[in-house]
Amino acid sequence: MSNKEKHWEKTKGLMILTLAIWFFFGYVVFMFGSSLNTASFLGYPLAYYMCAQGSIIAFVILIFWFANRQEKIDEEFGFTEREGDD
Amino acid sequence: MFKGKFIDNLPKIYGLYTGGFLVFIILMAIAEQAGMTAKTIGILFVAFTVCIYAIIGYLSRTVQVDAYYVAGRQVPTVFNGMATAADWMSGASFVAMAGGIYFGGYTYMAFLIGWTGGYVLVSSLLAPYLRKFGCYTVPDFIGTRYGGNLARFCAVVVLALASFTYVTAQINATGTIASRALGIPFELGVWVGLVSILLCSMLGGMRAVTWTQVAQYIVLIIAYLIPIFWMSNKNGMGFFPHFMLGEEVARLGELEAQFGLVKNAAADVKAAGVPGGLKSIALPHAGVPDGAMAAWKFISLVICMMVGTASLPHILMRYFTTPSVKAARKSVAWSLFFIALLYTSAPMLATLSKLQLMDPNLATGIIGKPIADVMQIEWVNSWMNVKQAFIADFNGDGVLQLNEWFMRGDVVVLATPEVAGLPYVISGLVAAGGMAAAMSTADGLILAIANALSHDVYYKIIDPKADVRKRLLVARALLVIIGAAGAYIASMRITSILGAVAWAFDFAMSGLFFPLILGVWWKRATRQGAIAGMITGLASGTAYLIYVYPKFMGNPAWLGIDHLRFGIIGASVCLVVMVVVSLMTPEPDSATQKMVDEVRVPSGKTILGKQH
Repeated sequence: MSNKEKHWEKTKGLMILTLAIWFFFGYVVFMFGSSLNTASFLGYPLAYYMCAQGSIIAFVILIFWFANRQEKIDEEFGFTEREGDD
Repeated sequence: MFKGKFIDNLPKIYGLYTGGFLVFIILMAIAEQAGMTAKTIGILFVAFTVCIYAIIGYLSRTVQVDAYYVAGRQVPTVFNGMATAADWMSGASFVAMAGGIYFGGYTYMAFLIGWTGGYVLVSSLLAPYLRKFGCYTVPDFIGTRYGGNLARFCAVVVLALASFTYVTAQINATGTIASRALGIPFELGVWVGLVSILLCSMLGGMRAVTWTQVAQYIVLIIAYLIPIFWMSNKNGMGFFPHFMLGEEVARLGELEAQFGLVKNAAADVKAAGVPGGLKSIALPHAGVPDGAMAAWKFISLVICMMVGTASLPHILMRYFTTPSVKAARKSVAWSLFFIALLYTSAPMLATLSKLQLMDPNLATGIIGKPIADVMQIEWVNSWMNVKQAFIADFNGDGVLQLNEWFMRGDVVVLATPEVAGLPYVISGLVAAGGMAAAMSTADGLILAIANALSHDVYYKIIDPKADVRKRLLVARALLVIIGAAGAYIASMRITSILGAVAWAFDFAMSGLFFPLILGVWWKRATRQGAIAGMITGLASGTAYLIYVYPKFMGNPAWLGIDHLRFGIIGASVCLVVMVVVSLMTPEPDSATQKMVDEVRVPSGKTILGKQH
């Protein structure tokens, strides 16, 4: 496999992992909304909390994490951008 | 004091600006103590902020193509995040979202998840690759990746339809706020709003819109957060409301049980003469409805809003302005961070505002009080006069029940400072914030449409030999024409703010989502496939909307997919057709495949040149 292909394999892997985490916080949690709501967090019913803050905070952290990981992958294969590339 | 380049001085400039705005708020508060009328304060707030945006718009004027279309590709990550957040958070987010939660509770909060989670798709699937491509507009990518004017043109049609549905709602919101703050009729307010919007974008295109959007974000976030913190602290409900309102949410549950959540019969509401669009509280605040269908309704709405987010051109084009691919990715993260500041606050605002109204232990509570007394309250009176609030004594006992109090969802945010008894300076601030939110989104949308028409239709299809001066002249003329068309339709008041906003997401996902992602992630996707996908996706989605929307054919929704969720039909059809047709047609030539390979690598030159 060429350098480019390996880079793309790793990039794809990271994309799938990112979307799996996204799917959990965006969908799986809310499939069980009514049973989650019996538990509580910070005094809020849990499903309400995930909707109001929990999942949103998870998305923010997820994107920062994704951006850092992708930068590492680019560095590993020597695809880091230089100043004045375009 | 400002040495070096403009870009290097950004933190200083916007720091000063924020300080200046806070000083302005304090001056207004002093003026209010000195006896300035509420009306003058409202006018000053809106006029002052709009003037600042106009000055920024004027200072950012440009005669260069890449500055006009992509702000010269030098917007730093964090500032692009703020600009995207302002671009994103519309009049609907600012004005209608807390109101939606106020009446719809948990079920409405699907919008919060959908309107934030979509950014994960943007960052992992699209933004970095589109930035590497180096396009000016979203159809520019479709046109170059798939080749040919027809593909480009189809993308322009989807973009124009989705963005135009959205922009009328924004101009409508600027009109509502301008008319209320300035005391002029709504129809005139719409045109005042339009002029303010054009002042920000006319001369400088994307460059001017970027720097005004940053300024607008600062105003809108200050205007949203101050009332929440103020109310929470004033009533001793918690120093940091976001993490300390658990008891208040529980208290709302108690009050709901005490007063009873009664859904009024439509006939009773009509007989009592309740003005259209006003609602009473009939759904639990934090309770989750039982059953698989309720969960599916929640999830299907989340799907539509997330996928729609990743297809809306006015958002995607913001990531064309960053200095690098790396910066585009980081910038998506910052965008969502700035958006989350407001979105995680909306449920808190709804909680506090509802409690102010419902809790009989608070001085501001009105439920359970004699109707004659409630009618004496000043804010109740002023909102009833403009038909935004209503009282119907269904059981005739002279006491206000929960189901007898009606209010329009859109006014909850605007009315909350008055309801909670905050000084008028806060109401003026909130009006300025709402105006900033609606203006910034309208600017992004009008610019997206005008740029697609001027760059993709005029320059790429009609007159490829046009010189720079002529291209920018056409771009500006289109900006005015599209804005005027939007304002004209808004002044006719066709749909409520929310219906139209959700539709824009559905239109965009029906026609653009799969052609965009498959363009990057599937080399085998062909021109014929993309064209067939865009046409059938948009057509089937639109047909389903007409089939199911109560004001058109009004048929029962299939599997709970109603008019807010028609994108699920459109996008599925688009995917299937695009894949089948692509596999039936010969694979793309080697030049195209090479181009896709190049897009996937962050380093190196962009696919399209700096000036094209």
